[in-house]
Amino acid sequence: MTQTSLKITARNCQVYYGETHAIKDVSVDIADNTVTAFIGPSGCGKSTFLRCLNRMNDTIDVCRVTGDILLDGEDIYDAKVDPVQLRAKVGMVFQKPNPFPKSIYDNVAYGPKIHGLARTKAELDEIVETALKRAALWGEVKDRLLAPGTGLSGGQQQRLCIARAIATSPEVLLMDEPCSALDPIATAQVEELIDELRRDYSVVIVTHSMQQAARVSQKTAFFHLGNLVEFGDTSQIFTKPSDPRTESYITGRIG
Amino acid sequence: MTTSSLFLLVLGLGVVGYLLGRKRALAVAKATGQRLHSLPGYYGQTVALYSAVPALLCLLAWLFVQPVLIETRISAMVPDSAIPEGGARSLVMADLRRIAGGLDALKEAQNISEDDLLALRVETSDIRKQLGDVGVAIGSEVQGAVFEAAKAYRGAEITGRFWMTVLTLALALGCFVTTLLRIRPQARARNTSETFVLSLLIGASLVAILTTVGILGSLLFETINFFKMYPAKDFFFSTVWNPQFRGGSDLGILPLLWGTLYVSFLALVVAVPIGLMIAIYLAEYASKPLRSVAKPAIEVLAGIPTIVYGLFALITVGPFLRDYIASPLGLGSSSSSVLTAGLVMGIMLIPFVSSLSDDIINAVPQAMRDGSYGLGATRSETIKQVILPAALPGVVGAVLLAASRAIGETMIVVMGAGAAAKLGLNPFEAMTTVTVKIVSQLTGDTEFASPETLVAFALGLTLFVFTLGLNIIALSVVRKYREQYE
Ligand SMILES: Nc1ncnc2c1ncn2[C@@H]1O[C@H](COP(=O)(O)OP(=O)(O)OP(=O)(O)O)[C@@H](O)[C@H]1O
Ligand SMILES: [Mg+2]
Repeated sequence: MTQTSLKITARNCQVYYGETHAIKDVSVDIADNTVTAFIGPSGCGKSTFLRCLNRMNDTIDVCRVTGDILLDGEDIYDAKVDPVQLRAKVGMVFQKPNPFPKSIYDNVAYGPKIHGLARTKAELDEIVETALKRAALWGEVKDRLLAPGTGLSGGQQQRLCIARAIATSPEVLLMDEPCSALDPIATAQVEELIDELRRDYSVVIVTHSMQQAARVSQKTAFFHLGNLVEFGDTSQIFTKPSDPRTESYITGRIG
Repeated sequence: MTTSSLFLLVLGLGVVGYLLGRKRALAVAKATGQRLHSLPGYYGQTVALYSAVPALLCLLAWLFVQPVLIETRISAMVPDSAIPEGGARSLVMADLRRIAGGLDALKEAQNISEDDLLALRVETSDIRKQLGDVGVAIGSEVQGAVFEAAKAYRGAEITGRFWMTVLTLALALGCFVTTLLRIRPQARARNTSETFVLSLLIGASLVAILTTVGILGSLLFETINFFKMYPAKDFFFSTVWNPQFRGGSDLGILPLLWGTLYVSFLALVVAVPIGLMIAIYLAEYASKPLRSVAKPAIEVLAGIPTIVYGLFALITVGPFLRDYIASPLGLGSSSSSVLTAGLVMGIMLIPFVSSLSDDIINAVPQAMRDGSYGLGATRSETIKQVILPAALPGVVGAVLLAASRAIGETMIVVMGAGAAAKLGLNPFEAMTTVTVKIVSQLTGDTEFASPETLVAFALGLTLFVFTLGLNIIALSVVRKYREQYE
């Protein structure tokens, strides 16, 4: 593997939902041009931690985050940082597909329009087409770009949300179970996309599929009950995990 | 037997039916060794429903039909000669009913036998005085024909009530026994109760629909009467509204319709933007504690009686607009004006728009917001581009609801805009609306059967059709957006 610089550094991160301590003292380094996978049993805090990385937790009243999270060496929870700017740089694909009640075209064009990424209609068309192609959705929707995005199937909606996120050209892309509703072919296409995105971006992916984590990621973090149990090279985690909990999860004994 | 004791008796039978039905279902199941199709309570319920419902329906129908039948029959017995000069038949019939009731009181008080009572004659005894003694005062001397008719009326009522009791009880008992005997373990008692619930719900909806039909029917009837006396062309297209006591009025709806639309439009111009902004603030920006105080505080506005708004328009807003805006600009010198009514009505409508829209905006799923924030959109971008479009059908509904309120509003208009029917553009001039004129035409001194009074029904019907059209448009708009967004 090539030597890469650090993109995001989290140190002693704690997250509370009211009284619930959802993330306990997590420290992680996320490298640039790398796919990092978060794995762990349901409810262990993968989504919660992922949402800390672009301050989406700000929208939840009861949620409190402490510790340091640095993006390119800058604390993202600093008062000077504008969470709106941050989220443009750190894009997110949510666990549940949430297309806007707009046309397919407008869904993808939403981010580019807001951030002024296209000066002409032709440029915007170009961005939308590229994003849809990369998300492996273009072939299915190219004839009905003006149909509502909410009318697509669950898997298509998921790819629409991926297209929407990459159309904004973020530096980091956070993907929460992006393939949970996809068939093997679409999954393979999305995995290909993730691998391709790695050239320009840093990608963090939450997944319940061990095979997927092994296939697409270079680094893997294993969470359990809010703790980061083990973090390291994917090959090492899957072949010789140092923590017994990691081993039992990977081999299917806890989860 | 009185109607209420009959009612209670049938209900009692229902309760007994429930207990017996339940018991019998268990007994039958035990005897045949079969499993019951439904829980035992359902068998009891079936018996109770079958004993009580048909009997009560029969009772209800009888109570409606009997008076009508008796009334027509007895009314034919009263000759025209018995009706005083210039009086109405209905007045005589009212007296007749009082006499019939008085005879019962007389029988009770003086212990007269039924035969003696029937033998009473106007010629032989002073009926008016006798009835007066038992507390039933009759306005004039009782005429022979009327008295005989009253006796017949009383007789018919007694017979009617007797057969009503017999029929109701027979029906209740008959159904009670047959359903009880028909209890079998395989009987689908649970489904019976389902059917009953269904018919109950349909019945409830029918009440609402039939009421609407009834209202529409009575409006239509009087409107047709009106158009027999006054040409429809003049009503719909004349630009003059000038009713006269002595006939020869101009009854053109256009000035009134114009006033209605003008005032409502101004009210919506005030209410919709403010209401919507309040809703957005409350739903998207306000903190929880603030919201819990601010929302009810705004809803208080909706609880203020419109007459109070009217006072506010009359003594505060009207003079203020006249003294500080209209007079200095030379636009008018009237304290009642379209603008006054529009402004005050707008304030009244704010809570309608804000409260409904707030609920609708809140109902937009959080995932929509997350999706937008996740792409780096600000709050107001998210509201403008995602939340409002998603909430649009509901917001349109809220606005149209406010519009119907505005069109139907009366008090604020009388006190704020005045009562002068005029076609004009100047918002500082007095104008009036359809509703105001409905009130003033109906409460006027003119005879009921004159076009000046009946025009109220034509106005009412027009208003009804108007709001109906508005609602239909609203529904189709909402449906169109639904299709697009879901
Ligand atoms: N909005 C919230 N309010 C309160 N508690 C929450 C909230 N969101 C998550 N939690 C709690 O935080 C913990 C971690 O949840 P999280 O969604 O991060 O799990 P996850 O690892 O993503 O699970 P899954 O694999 O099922 O998606 C859970 O115990 C959950 O109950
Ligand atoms: Mg999750």
